[in-house]
Amino acid sequence: MRRLNPSLVAGGVIVLLIVVTALVSFVWTPYDATLVDPASRLLKPSWSHWFGTDKFGRDVLSQIMVGSRTTLFVGIVAVGVAAVIGVPLGILAAMSRRWSSEVIMRSNDLLLAFPALLLAIMFGAVFGASTLTAMIAIGIASIPSFARVIRSGALQVMRTEYVLAARAAGRQPFPIAVRHVLPNVASLITVQASVSFAIAVLAEAALSFLGYGTPPPTPSWGRMLQESQEFLFSAPRLAVFPGLAIALAVLGFNLLGDGLRDRFDPKLEDRR
Amino acid sequence: MPDPTANHRPSDLSVADPAIRVVDVVRDYPRPRTSLLRPAPVVRALRGVSLEVQAGERFGIVGESGCGKSTLLRIIAALDRVTSGQVVVEGTDITHLPERRLRFLRENLQLVFQDPMSSLDPRMRVRDIIAEPLVVQGHPASGERVRELLEAVGLSADAGDRYPHQFSGGQRQRISIARALAPRPRILIADEPVSALDVSVRAQVLNLISDLVDELNLTLIFVSHDLSVIKHVCDRVAVMNAGEIVETGPTGDVYAAPAHPYTRRLVSSIPTLPRALAGATTADLLSGTPSDPPKGALA
Amino acid sequence: MNSVLAVEDLTVTVRDKTLVQDVSLTVDPGERVGLIGESGSGKSLTALSVMGLLPEDVHASGSVRLAGVDHDLIGADERRLSRVRGRQLAIVFQEPMTALNPTMRVGDQVAEAMLIHDTVPGRRAARAAAIELLGRVQLPDVLRAYPHQLSGGQRQRVVLALALANDPSLLICDEPTTALDVTVQAMVLDLIVRGVTDRSSALLFITHDLAVVATVCQRVLVMYGGRIVESGPVNEVFTSPRHRYTQGLIAASDLESADRRLPTIPGNVPAAGQFPNGCVFRTRCAHATEICATAPPWSGTASRGFACHHPAPALEPADA
Repeated sequence: MRRLNPSLVAGGVIVLLIVVTALVSFVWTPYDATLVDPASRLLKPSWSHWFGTDKFGRDVLSQIMVGSRTTLFVGIVAVGVAAVIGVPLGILAAMSRRWSSEVIMRSNDLLLAFPALLLAIMFGAVFGASTLTAMIAIGIASIPSFARVIRSGALQVMRTEYVLAARAAGRQPFPIAVRHVLPNVASLITVQASVSFAIAVLAEAALSFLGYGTPPPTPSWGRMLQESQEFLFSAPRLAVFPGLAIALAVLGFNLLGDGLRDRFDPKLEDRR
Repeated sequence: MPDPTANHRPSDLSVADPAIRVVDVVRDYPRPRTSLLRPAPVVRALRGVSLEVQAGERFGIVGESGCGKSTLLRIIAALDRVTSGQVVVEGTDITHLPERRLRFLRENLQLVFQDPMSSLDPRMRVRDIIAEPLVVQGHPASGERVRELLEAVGLSADAGDRYPHQFSGGQRQRISIARALAPRPRILIADEPVSALDVSVRAQVLNLISDLVDELNLTLIFVSHDLSVIKHVCDRVAVMNAGEIVETGPTGDVYAAPAHPYTRRLVSSIPTLPRALAGATTADLLSGTPSDPPKGALA
Repeated sequence: MNSVLAVEDLTVTVRDKTLVQDVSLTVDPGERVGLIGESGSGKSLTALSVMGLLPEDVHASGSVRLAGVDHDLIGADERRLSRVRGRQLAIVFQEPMTALNPTMRVGDQVAEAMLIHDTVPGRRAARAAAIELLGRVQLPDVLRAYPHQLSGGQRQRVVLALALANDPSLLICDEPTTALDVTVQAMVLDLIVRGVTDRSSALLFITHDLAVVATVCQRVLVMYGGRIVESGPVNEVFTSPRHRYTQGLIAASDLESADRRLPTIPGNVPAAGQFPNGCVFRTRCAHATEICATAPPWSGTASRGFACHHPAPALEPADA
């Protein structure tokens, strides 16, 4: 009945591709992604090494495949942290009285004004650079956007007459939040999650590039990019493949977010 | 008199106690600040409203958008607070009661809203929507009771398994009414319940409300912008304008001989078939003096 | 007399659904015609087809001719339609906010409407005419105001002034007062009637409100399920309806009767495109028989008639 929109399909396919790649990498990669082989340094793409090898003779395709795990892991944890804290905060801000709502949203703005990467670098400096610290820092930095989107959605739900009817029947605020508000902002959460996912993937790559993200030898797209720097003119392919992987992943999650937004938009739904 | 039917819990109300008494209620809303130095401006939604509704009465409130009628309803239902004044429901002053002591009100007073689209949670099954007030108030929400309610509002029993968007506007309004009746309330407040409905369906819903009010001996407060609908349903009416009640009286009298200038203007503005067929033009709607249609104009 | 608007066999479809079927109607010069119907009746789609404003995936066939325009409006391209719209043909929609440009002063918008079609000699004349037009809808002081500074009723009057700016031969009003309060409605209705009378423009007035049509219009068309089921002079149709739907509708809206129980039409209005074949009303009609599965032919003339196999008996029209 309902026609699928192209961005939903395209985004879904790209994201699915990344997920499948990550899953496959657990059981099979062409080579061991961390195997250093001085005999096969800086090989051009060939039938035995589709994407070539890097300066330590590691297979680039295998690294990209294993790196997709890091990317997904980063996205899931960062979005998880942001959603678990941001969604309740947003709903709370929508349902509470004027002044406490002000307090929540203004501290939210404060966090929003703080650069996400700077926060992650600070975390890295204090707790030591690791994938997990980077992810948590990115997650914390994504809380405000979640809280904002969810608050505006929850405000709309709070104004509906079914919430009024529930209050008139004597429902307390917490059950209203769980039974009425949360299910009706679920679509917003999904959309925001896919957009934040893309941001987290990009941030992890940037952090790894700067040396504050995933430490070696675990493969990460961002660090592959950083290591390719010195060969940018002699072997640009080393930058192209991880760069493309990052661009594709970000594009995929953004398209998915756009597609979900269109799909859930009630105004568009009414026209059908 | 306390009602002896099974639907009503025994009550110790004295005969003289009105179901609802509103005394000099004022409600101010602060507007967002426009200046750091000056205090936030205030909108006065209600400017000293007083009314009494007797038990078993069908009471209408008529007024145009922004007149304060919705605010007044919410205050009576304790969904909003007064700035000053007093609201007494069935002898209990609810003006400053905390939510946890409002249980009697939550059981005895229920609402039906205007928008059949927004009054039902789109993510809940009809069965759960109707059972919600029962669950909240700790009554066993039996499937039997839900079926009984669906039947009372003229829907089939299998309607409970479906979602609100699978119903038409009129059917959704029936579901709203079933939900309101679930906790066996004594007072029903209907806020523009037929304004969003097609004419051919409006009559069905008006009949349904009328029948249920009779059968269950409910006190009805019916709010509408449409005086002809109020006149059809209600015994007594209060006319609101700009946060005040400008006129109260038996609906027939107010409709036939409005005393306040605003009511006169309101009544004369209403286009009706008999008036139009008797030759009333749009200029007559503006005249401010309602002309009685000659009898027998509508065969 | 040559009619201003002649619609013939208009059919509107969206994908596999037929939303308006075989609608034919005419509006004579200076005539005020009402088109009444409930949700899903196709009344608004009919108006949009006449204007050539149907959404992209909605398809219209048939013929729409307008006096003074030498081509059919159905199938005409946007360039030719835009020369007609706002000139010979104007429309007032239900929602006045979206009909006005929020970033332009009201006076400029009215003046521009005339400049687009070159009906005034220049900017100064357009400005003077805009002042005059807004004065006629009793808004003398809003020239420099932006739409958001006006109330709903004021905005609808601006839209009306815009629509009447070029003295159209036909004004279409689609539920123009549904979003307004009843006292404001009275004023806007009166301004519409005076506006078309002063210009000898014809009016096609679309609404669900029987009493409004009876007050504003001379002739009425009743739509249900995408078809015109009855038409005729207002007094005849409302005092002696022949189609069972019209009869039921009038009875169900009669709030004036002393009886607390209203007569009702059973069932619900089906969703658009899901009306039965044959007589579109037969699933809700107490008089329906087997023959109603075939489409009822039109009885009577083009100006007074109905499409019903079991019509209500004709009454002598009341001498009002």
